[in-house]
Amino acid sequence: MSVRTQIVLDPTGERQPSAREVTARPASLDGLTVGLLDITKARGDVFLNRLEELLTERGLRTVRYRKPTFTKPAPIDLRHEIATTCDVVIEALAD
Amino acid sequence: MTATAAPATLPDGLPDGLIVVVRRECATCEMVAPLLDEMPVHVISEDDDEGLATSYGLGIETVPTLLRVVGGREVERLIGWQRGEWRRLSGDDGLGKDLPEWRPGCGSRTLDPGISEELDVRFRGATLRSRRVELAGLEDEVEAMFDRGWTDGLPVVPPTEARVLRMLQGTTRAASEIVALVPPDLVECTVEKVAINAVLAGCKPEYLPVVLAAVEAACTDEFNGHGLLATTFHSSPVVIVNGPIRRAIGMNSGVNALGQGNRANATIGRALQLVIRNVGGGRPAEVDRATQGNPGKYTFCFAEDEEGSPFESLSVAQGASAAASTVTLFAGAGVQPVVDQLSRTPESLAATYAACLRTVAHPKLPIAFDALLVVSPEHGRVFREAGWSRAKLLEELTLRLQLRGEDIIRGAGGIAEGLPESFAGATLPKFRHGGLLICHAGGDAGLFSAIIAGWASGSTGSTPVTREVRP
Repeated sequence: MSVRTQIVLDPTGERQPSAREVTARPASLDGLTVGLLDITKARGDVFLNRLEELLTERGLRTVRYRKPTFTKPAPIDLRHEIATTCDVVIEALAD
Repeated sequence: MTATAAPATLPDGLPDGLIVVVRRECATCEMVAPLLDEMPVHVISEDDDEGLATSYGLGIETVPTLLRVVGGREVERLIGWQRGEWRRLSGDDGLGKDLPEWRPGCGSRTLDPGISEELDVRFRGATLRSRRVELAGLEDEVEAMFDRGWTDGLPVVPPTEARVLRMLQGTTRAASEIVALVPPDLVECTVEKVAINAVLAGCKPEYLPVVLAAVEAACTDEFNGHGLLATTFHSSPVVIVNGPIRRAIGMNSGVNALGQGNRANATIGRALQLVIRNVGGGRPAEVDRATQGNPGKYTFCFAEDEEGSPFESLSVAQGASAAASTVTLFAGAGVQPVVDQLSRTPESLAATYAACLRTVAHPKLPIAFDALLVVSPEHGRVFREAGWSRAKLLEELTLRLQLRGEDIIRGAGGIAEGLPESFAGATLPKFRHGGLLICHAGGDAGLFSAIIAGWASGSTGSTPVTREVRP
């Protein structure tokens, strides 16, 4: 019996599942700017307000950001601003 | 008969003068065979591999075909045996004096089942850019599709080069043309990638233009395919098709229009979902975070019954021309039946619709969710006989769908869900402006209609998008 191989075309985006490198966590937050990103889900602000209090008590600088809608990825300008202004970012997911 | 459609360039190495293409087992070819020795003609036989390839390159559909070539360009093409014309081209007034005046030819071998596909792959396969995946000889081809994660949970048609090439014949667009950036991975998706997924889904080539338009619409910022995929909510794209293409490809807008059983309805919606899954990388429990989902995430596509509708079509209401074929994409979340077997006036029926539409998402939530109302023929008749237009029905529904603040604030009716107390004195519409769509579909029997509830509406979520279907 002859065995025929078959060729098919790849229906995918042909992106190898590449794990993205996460920036190494800083050993300490001292002297760093912390971005607080509200994705606009309900009560995300409650969570971030409390975090901001706690961080500020520790003498850290915080900057607040807000996505226009939680249903879409953050606009590229917002991502750029966070990346250039902050050393670390905390994103609030809530419901 | 002189054919006008000739390939723009001839295969290399063809001499000037006369060329004839013939094959064995063709009575007309055998009849003219003795003449070919008497004529100054270059003979190409489809019975050898090289001749078959040349014939394919020439686009020969019938044998014998006699060509006249001048300066490397084809200037004349005769199909079958035509004594007078052959004499004129050969310059021999006595050619074929014992033969009849005219004989039709036979089908070219290049069009024989099996051979035509093999030739397509051999000569046009190289135009396909997608990665080739070789299935092992003992692998079951359908199981192989599951193993590679290319299916929605149901079996798919393996996308061989021959099938993809055949699918691409359904459009005039180049295989390499970019159709859209498909979320969530925002991958550039070519016509070819859409065609591959249309093969997987079971589409016929003539469906491909509809699938392409649906992919374009789904990937717009307004429709927000990204958020729709990622949401915990039930919804996913619903495709409503309008215009002449519905009939041309045999779509169902009648009995069981929203259900199973029609190939075009079933596979167009499925192809869109497979593009999002495979090209965009949108998979359940990965970026797709739906809490429960809905069965329309396999496929949800139907045609509007325009001919039987009391209203102008959905696509016209969305701003398209009445003559255009279009897809309209709506972020929908399943079918909610509306039963009203007693209303015989449009006012009563509108009140029924309003009562049922009020429950979309939650009876106490205004504005936030869109809806698509699918009016059935028997309900449509009530509006037609009363002379109600789409605008009139919308106006009457809007009037009946004003929610009083005290009824929808938190705690009202013993239900915690609702708006903050501060809305107590307000009156709010159930739907945002443009958030209630109406179309017409279904079988002739049944005093039922359907509500397809939507998702987060407008700029915070999804806006319905209508796109023209281009050939």
